[in-house]
Amino acid sequence: MTTSTTGVFDTSAPWSLSEQVSLRDESFGALAYHHGNRRLVFLKSPELVALVRRLDEFESVDDAVEAVAPAHERGRYTGALRSLHRSGMLRGR
Amino acid sequence: MGADTSLRDRFERGLAAPICLTWELTYACNLACTHCLSSSGRRDPKELTTEEALGIIDEIADMKVFYINIGGGEPMIRRDFFQLIEHAVDRRVGVKFSTNGTRIDRAAAQRLASIDYLDIQVSVDGADALTNDRIRGTGSYVAARRAMDNLAAADFGPFKISVVMTRESVEQLDEFEQLAAGYGAQLRLTRLRPSGRGVDVWNELHPSLAQNRRLYRWLVERPEVLTGDSFFHLSALGDPLDGLNLCGAGRVVCLIDPVGEVYACPFVIHDEFRAGNVRDAGFAAVWTRSELFESLREPESPGACGSCGSYDACRGGCMAAKVFTGLEMTDPDPECVFGHGEAALAAKGVVHRPTPTPDHSRRVPVSISAR
Repeated sequence: MTTSTTGVFDTSAPWSLSEQVSLRDESFGALAYHHGNRRLVFLKSPELVALVRRLDEFESVDDAVEAVAPAHERGRYTGALRSLHRSGMLRGR
Repeated sequence: MGADTSLRDRFERGLAAPICLTWELTYACNLACTHCLSSSGRRDPKELTTEEALGIIDEIADMKVFYINIGGGEPMIRRDFFQLIEHAVDRRVGVKFSTNGTRIDRAAAQRLASIDYLDIQVSVDGADALTNDRIRGTGSYVAARRAMDNLAAADFGPFKISVVMTRESVEQLDEFEQLAAGYGAQLRLTRLRPSGRGVDVWNELHPSLAQNRRLYRWLVERPEVLTGDSFFHLSALGDPLDGLNLCGAGRVVCLIDPVGEVYACPFVIHDEFRAGNVRDAGFAAVWTRSELFESLREPESPGACGSCGSYDACRGGCMAAKVFTGLEMTDPDPECVFGHGEAALAAKGVVHRPTPTPDHSRRVPVSISAR
């Protein structure tokens, strides 16, 4: 039900957290719950949570990762976003 | 999601709010299932009022509890049932509710189908009337099927068919799968717990070791079948089953009962596992500060399971299953796949099984009237 709005994850394009997703801060990071597909996902670091919350501010995922993540961790953060996209948590803008 | 041990350790220390909050709306029920976890039947005169219930919904919405599991009793018996679930959904708290289906006529099915973020679990405990009605009462199978027909006719979408695994129902797994497929429904299987009235029937109804092994293999082949994480004690047989694979009591799970008492999980409605009451200072105060929950979030000792190579897979099993069969928290699960639980029970000369504290069972036999 979410594939049509998510599509292929092009990191040079702008993405946001889906409006159907609720985020709840936890000591390890956050829990994300998608009210539509009922998936629950764990964001395992506060830095990743901050990145997800700030996706809106950037013209592309790559820009957001570059601004938020340390250079040697960019691959890991992009991978985590890719995994969120697979769960339907992100939507293209 | 598989086993992620670092994350599991975090969960065992508790979360800001429960992931899985069960709320039994009423002790009233028009059935009298022999294995009822909450010993339901008669409404309790002290049940939460509509105002109180709406207040709890607001509080758990503020805590960002993503969804609630509503049960009972039969929750649809409450006159404010629709008001409560519609308020929850308006506050962006998803609702999953369990029902025996007797109140889902065509009009109710249409109203339910109009609500977003709502999941329904219709309970049956047999793939045919004979098997089901032995546990849930005469006429209950027909009533549940009528509810499913009405939901399907109202285009509700994929509702869930929820089955407790007993010695008899576990032999009908393929039939349940076909039943669900026929409705485009999702099948959900849960474990028989020796809780509530289940204390009296567990010995004769719980699946045998051989049946549990077959169930495990059946589930491993069908990750689409929902289990509510309830068979993690079987994960010692090989790859972990889908889910968190831990006892979430007081850590990621808890229960609010119809009179506002908060228990560590839906299977321990007993004074020993009561953390507080929402009427005193609200739900969040109980969740974050109850002594019982704080103790459940301490690192636990593997106890008698410490020398078993599979402790990491099953974590010693279900706390409720142990306590209500007369085992200690540090004993193996009574359905330990290696038979350690049965051995531990056999080694006890006298088995003391705690009796469930609140009992709202009706004192007269129940029959379902045609609707």
